[in-house]
Amino acid sequence: MSSTTATPAKAARPMSRRRKTNKDGVAPSPYTVRAALSQGSLTTKLSALVFGLGNLAHKQIVKGLVLLAGEILFIWFMAADGAHNLAMLPSLGDNKGGKQLVDGFWEYVPGDNSVVILLYGVCTVAICAVFVLWWALAVRSAYKAECQARENGGRAPELLDDLRDLRDGKVSNLLMALPTLGIVVFTILPLIFMISVAFTNYDQDHVTLFDWTGLDTFKTVFSGNATGDVNAPLFFSVLGWTLTWAFFATFLNFFFGLFMAMIINRKTTHGKGFWRAVFSMSIAVPQFVSLLTMRTMLQPQGAINRMLMSWGWIDQSLPFFTDTTWARVTVIVINLWVGIPYTIMQVTGILQNIPAEQYEAARIDGANWWQIFTKITMPYIIFVLTPYLITTFTGNVNNFNVIYLLSQGEPSQVGQSAGKTDLLITWLYKLTVDRGDYNLGAVIGIMTFIVLAVVALITYRSSGSYKDEEAFR
Amino acid sequence: MSSAVTSAAAAGKSGAASADVSTAKATSTKATSAKATSTKAQSHGFMHDQRRRRIAGDIATHLFLAVMAVIWLVPIVWVFFESFNKNTAPYTDSFFPKEYTLGNYTALFTDRSVMNFPRMFMNTLIVACFVCVISVFFVLSVAYCMSRLRFRFRRTFMNVALILGMFPGIMAVTAIYFILKAMKLTEGSAPVLIALILVYAAGSGAGFYVMKGYMDTIPMSLDEAALIDGCTRWQVFTKIIIPISKPMIVYQAITGFLTPWLDFVMAKVICRTQSNYTVALGLWLMLDKEYIQTWYARFAAGAVLVSIPIAILFIVMQRFYQESMSGSVKG
Repeated sequence: MSSTTATPAKAARPMSRRRKTNKDGVAPSPYTVRAALSQGSLTTKLSALVFGLGNLAHKQIVKGLVLLAGEILFIWFMAADGAHNLAMLPSLGDNKGGKQLVDGFWEYVPGDNSVVILLYGVCTVAICAVFVLWWALAVRSAYKAECQARENGGRAPELLDDLRDLRDGKVSNLLMALPTLGIVVFTILPLIFMISVAFTNYDQDHVTLFDWTGLDTFKTVFSGNATGDVNAPLFFSVLGWTLTWAFFATFLNFFFGLFMAMIINRKTTHGKGFWRAVFSMSIAVPQFVSLLTMRTMLQPQGAINRMLMSWGWIDQSLPFFTDTTWARVTVIVINLWVGIPYTIMQVTGILQNIPAEQYEAARIDGANWWQIFTKITMPYIIFVLTPYLITTFTGNVNNFNVIYLLSQGEPSQVGQSAGKTDLLITWLYKLTVDRGDYNLGAVIGIMTFIVLAVVALITYRSSGSYKDEEAFR
Repeated sequence: MSSAVTSAAAAGKSGAASADVSTAKATSTKATSAKATSTKAQSHGFMHDQRRRRIAGDIATHLFLAVMAVIWLVPIVWVFFESFNKNTAPYTDSFFPKEYTLGNYTALFTDRSVMNFPRMFMNTLIVACFVCVISVFFVLSVAYCMSRLRFRFRRTFMNVALILGMFPGIMAVTAIYFILKAMKLTEGSAPVLIALILVYAAGSGAGFYVMKGYMDTIPMSLDEAALIDGCTRWQVFTKIIIPISKPMIVYQAITGFLTPWLDFVMAKVICRTQSNYTVALGLWLMLDKEYIQTWYARFAAGAVLVSIPIAILFIVMQRFYQESMSGSVKG
């Protein structure tokens, strides 16, 4: 690592207020924007207005032209669309469209679409943010060219040098570019868009035209009156069930899976490979297939009920998905069916990695199996699996498939938008995709995030693997 | 078999006892012999008891595992038999079908009037291949940068990835649809396939954690040696890290390949017309109220057809996964 961190320090560089390394373990670059603007030459300072000027002055033609092209492109975009997009953002459009009086004539005018305006506005803001970064890049690049030219007797590195550097020291820029672009466009932008939707009245009554309403949607969700179909009691009951579900789904899976893995791993159990194969069959079958099958099997007239009835064990169908308690227990139990094989898979590898000497030493010291289990096996597994448990917990809070495919949130009370087995995430899906209340959905999404963030931050921060990233190197 | 194991264990025990004896010899020979006999007698009784307990435990274990195995296999076996059911309705009188036929499979591929299953299968296959390649490339590059290189914004990127993972993915579905619409990728069959590929693959770089964890176990000394020999970091990536990470790459490739087969939430929002449906959506549609009475057996047949390749891939993946769990460099 040291080879990357050691930038060749030269006396000519500005050293003011320089920390040795930052949290990334990298010495901060001496070519900062502030240094460029205070100590750079005139061309460097002018590069803040005309991008790439400093590079062009030091014969870095391609680099300078690329920087300049970026600036021109941005200005052209802002003039053509961007300014308009930004100007529409505060009002989100008021034009209803239809026949309107334009310059004294009745004309058909297409109406505004607030969704499009909001989306383009968010994108434009993002482009502006990128442009600020581009500006900083241009200024720093000009200053760097100036400094390097001064050091090397008037010759700044050429394009080939830069390209070589891109394959070596700066390979991170090359490799990270596309993945980062993908994440920004398809993960971050949609999230920003949905978070802004939470502050509008984009619901089933305002499909094409909607306005900013501030915190009104949050007030609706947290309002105490039980008349609306989204209110505080409903929210907290769904939240409570979500947390209960996540807790049981995570820890029951973990302990039963651990138990089964240890039973299979016993010295005298025959056909270990066979048992493991049997239990991993359920992972190999796509989840939606097995869950949809279970759903049909557990219906009042489904296979299970028919079988039990033909054996004479029950008189009428068991209410697997029609009674609140039954439905809740059913989804948790079926989730055991889905989840235990994963735990077995995880734990088996770890069990085999526990150093055998520890067991031998314990046995020689006369420890019984319970002492061995609590003093050696458990601490080791817990240490290794804490991050896994946290991810499983967050995964279960967001476990859309199991609930939506099995119970679809049923049973539900008339007039309420969430059923008794609905998690926050399936509620969100119902509110947005089925009903079109995007602002309510967005608020629920934000609340889910807050809950998860609190849980995850507390546990991640105190777990060993976060504190000491390189413990096993 | 179990008796052989116990006798071996007994031999080990007596060995330990004799070791005990030799250490105790120094104190007094009389006491030693007395102790030795007592130990022997005790260990004999103990062994006998333990052996009995072990056999009882073995029986209980195997019974328990057998019952559990039946519970785990019943739904899978049921789908398999259901796929050959002559009666196409979902709720039949008996647990297993009464009459068997291959008609469901042939109908799935020949009857394209209502649902074009072969087309859905091809759609999914094309999307899956592209997603597989792109996501492997993305995950590898990000994981390499995060594990081996130190650069500005590294921690920031990791924290952002962590935070993004906490937002419910479904929240963004509608916004992604609007973005794709703005890119004009929601009409026609080829654009929709591109849209699906983009949606599944574009964000995959954020899922670098497992791969990074694996690369963290590759000793830094390998990189350093290569750098001293004059490799660029790009060459370190392609010539050292990628070959060593092969087990994890296979794991990643299969995970990427499987995503389009398993997801139906994204696909449901993006594929508005039936000609663009993926297999998961098609199967989902077969259980719709309109279709379920006539399509249920064909749903089972389709499910079996999808499960077989996935099961094979999964078995391959599991071997590589366990291999990679044991660390990158052996010895």
